[in-house]
Amino acid sequence: MSEPADTRRFRVFRYKRGDGGERFDEFDVPVGPHSTVLDALRWIQLHRDSSLTLRHSCLHASCGCCGMQVDGREELACVCSVQDHGAQITVEPLANLPILTDLVVEMSGFFARFPHEHPIIRSSEAPADVERGEGIESQHAEVVLQTDITLHHHPLHHLHGAAPPGADFMRLEDCIECGLCLSACPIAATSQEYVGPAALAAAERLLEEPRGVKREDVLAWASRPEAVWRCHVGFECTKACPTDAIPAERIMALRRELMFDGNEGKDAKR
Amino acid sequence: MNEPTIDELPGAAERALLGPIHHKGPGPAATGWIDPRRRRHGGRALALHRLTGMVIVLYLYLHLGVLSMLLIGRSAWSSFLSLVTAKSFLALEAVLIAAVLFHGLNGIRVALVGSGIAVSRERALFWTATTIAAVASILAALHMLGAL
Repeated sequence: MSEPADTRRFRVFRYKRGDGGERFDEFDVPVGPHSTVLDALRWIQLHRDSSLTLRHSCLHASCGCCGMQVDGREELACVCSVQDHGAQITVEPLANLPILTDLVVEMSGFFARFPHEHPIIRSSEAPADVERGEGIESQHAEVVLQTDITLHHHPLHHLHGAAPPGADFMRLEDCIECGLCLSACPIAATSQEYVGPAALAAAERLLEEPRGVKREDVLAWASRPEAVWRCHVGFECTKACPTDAIPAERIMALRRELMFDGNEGKDAKR
Repeated sequence: MNEPTIDELPGAAERALLGPIHHKGPGPAATGWIDPRRRRHGGRALALHRLTGMVIVLYLYLHLGVLSMLLIGRSAWSSFLSLVTAKSFLALEAVLIAAVLFHGLNGIRVALVGSGIAVSRERALFWTATTIAAVASILAALHMLGAL
């Protein structure tokens, strides 16, 4: 027996290039007690407007693809229950990143903020086509793998810092690189130069487990004017983070490191 | 024959075109921090901190301008004093006191949290600073208006 459905009105942000700018379209969507915002958006695609564009993949908050603003708060649509919202639900793309179409934003600007000169990768996550020589377990071999082969020789590394085609994943543990923190950050709203919470959290993670990267290099990167000192302690990023990667707390830890222990970083300040 | 690079593939130029950057708040992107409706306590504290900072800077310039009236003479200063001791003007001063108190107390919170000293107490510090600022502002306002 199908679940009893009630109806919610969805105000969905629309934008198509060359199609008259931004607007909101409204759709009445039947929802059940376990419906998510992503369910509702897919229903709209199937039954009302097939031109509605959104990005999603795993459906269980693991891939970070379906980040968007629901009633003004950053959410992963696949785990955002409709029941937590009212009769009218407003859905918008993430803030502070360029819109490609409808609810899809261009994420390369988000990935480009990561310190790609200090790639965050473990030897176990190295691309499968990289031949591992003897002694790969040694720190030296790991550094070569991390810095010379994996990223710096790849033509796209300057663009988004992601792994080359065919490579295994690389990411900061816990962080699913969804961009919600950057959207929630009030400082990123005022400055496109600010590297943002996720990248700074990744840098702090490197201090915890350097994996061959020089600690002073990470601190020098983090102490740049557009990095750790631009944060104004809003903690919006930590509140928005769906995986408890605690970016704000990591930014504060970086600052503490720079102020009380990190003499290495001071020389590199511009 | 060389493989085309990603920038040479058909439609690359069209794909490179980006749409507008969506942002929170009612105005241009630079005011994205100001709208409190879509923020939590930290974002609201940031917005209030900046706004009270602007109030204080405005007051400082006004204060310097007012002091320059002393150069005009006794009569100008006396008429100005009669204006600023009016209750309507004192209400503005109460707003100024509230702004200074919040800005100063939240500044202590920002310094403690931002230096990594009291990160886990961030929320409690916000409410402590806000409560002290609110209570002290009300008491100061009542005192200035003669109710205390």
